[in-house]
Amino acid sequence: MRYAMAMDTAKCVGCSDCVVACQTENNVPIGFCRDWIVENVEGTYPQLEMEIRSERCNHCENTPCVRTCPTGASHVIEGGIVKVTHNECIGCGACIEACPYDARYFHPDGYVDKCTFCDHRVAEGLDTACVSVCPTYSLTFGDLDDPQSPISILLRERKWKTLVPEAGTKPQVYFLI
Amino acid sequence: MKEELFVSGRNIPNIDPVLHVWHWHIPLYLFLGGLAAGLIFFATYFYISGKTDKYPTAVKIAPVIAPFAIAIGLVALILDLKHTLYFWRLFTAFRLESPMSWGAWTLGVIMPLSMVWPLIYIKDMIKYFESSSKRTTAVLKWIDGLLNDVNILKWVMDLARKYQMAIAWALFLLSIILGVYTGILLSAFNARPLWNTSILGPLFLVSGLSTGAAAVMWMSRHHFEMKAFSRFDLMLVGIEVFLIIHMFMGFNASTQAQQQAVALFWGGEFTAVFWGIFFTAGLVVPAILEIMELFGYKVPAFIPAFLILLGGLIFRFIIVDAGQITRYLY
Repeated sequence: MRYAMAMDTAKCVGCSDCVVACQTENNVPIGFCRDWIVENVEGTYPQLEMEIRSERCNHCENTPCVRTCPTGASHVIEGGIVKVTHNECIGCGACIEACPYDARYFHPDGYVDKCTFCDHRVAEGLDTACVSVCPTYSLTFGDLDDPQSPISILLRERKWKTLVPEAGTKPQVYFLI
Repeated sequence: MKEELFVSGRNIPNIDPVLHVWHWHIPLYLFLGGLAAGLIFFATYFYISGKTDKYPTAVKIAPVIAPFAIAIGLVALILDLKHTLYFWRLFTAFRLESPMSWGAWTLGVIMPLSMVWPLIYIKDMIKYFESSSKRTTAVLKWIDGLLNDVNILKWVMDLARKYQMAIAWALFLLSIILGVYTGILLSAFNARPLWNTSILGPLFLVSGLSTGAAAVMWMSRHHFEMKAFSRFDLMLVGIEVFLIIHMFMGFNASTQAQQQAVALFWGGEFTAVFWGIFFTAGLVVPAILEIMELFGYKVPAFIPAFLILLGGLIFRFIIVDAGQITRYLY
């Protein structure tokens, strides 16, 4: 089992529905978010090119955040999902410093919070909240170990990139281009 | 080609637009930890090599600062935690891969041992403070009385005296781990290009030893010892400059993320404070004063000592603050 997400930059319109769905599903405190939209505009006007990405924790295979955690609160569960146990977290901030994607933040209650790939929904066989609401079907969640899963097929057929592969983290959120 | 980047839907405190998770607590602690490591290093090194009589302040008096420095540093560390009441979780786990876990356990061991060391020399300390501070002397005499009257304390101190050589070796090794750890803590973060250089370990160790030597130089009342520590400090400053040059050479020859990180010191926002305050006022000026001392000019020891200590503190603030600004580019 290796959960991963594919994000189609050609389909995304940047509506932020995934952001709101996550905040609602996971009770994310106001002013914070576990996923977010990046609009990257390149070029000189009028020759512009825009890429819109829905970003979140990359649930890396090589996890600098878990490595640096002094208490073991940050850990990897079945399927490669990176999670934080709230009452083991001391709020030292080491994992926030360690993440090249700035995907973690301090919950106002003190512990570190982040995207969980909606593991509570995935356990019931559902898609993550962000995937389930995307109006343009630009998000795909699935198991990379299953060669017939929609995400495996997408990654075989389309060109893709990951964010900062040179950080050595082996990120598991793939951006289709 | 012009690039613009918009980030919408996110404005998280301490992360956007630039990371600022660690505030004044961490650099203050790194400084105090380095200072304590330096003081303990010299005390135990000269004790082990049998030069206690040659360097009495370094072995007997100066280490008294170490437990206080570590204690203040620990308070700063705990204040820095956002989930403060769970701090004890540090000591229910030992994680080999996490430098912070190593640091917590090192501090847990070095703290009680560094308290025992100055207590062994409490009589010498009373003599040292007798002429300068009545209140300190009174407190020290009271503690000395306690050590003699309370049975369990007496037993601990007798044990400590009996096994002082073992304690010295343990503290010697722990002081090096503590000194290196203050740098390794930062260099383990691959995500912050400015920190991600292994030279930070030795650099922080040498800087810590240098602040320790400066403190001994300041406290010493023996001309020979003062001169000797002025010379040790000069040597350490030389090594520090050498390591800093290598750090910059490495950065300039590295990836774009690291080149951009180090640009903060070459015309970026940390240029003035790094080269002006830390490098010039905190390294070069005290080094010149120490060289003058070497050639027989009379320089009050507290001037170079103060500059070295100030430089060490500012250096840690610069590295911690600048490092958090730097990031991978994507």
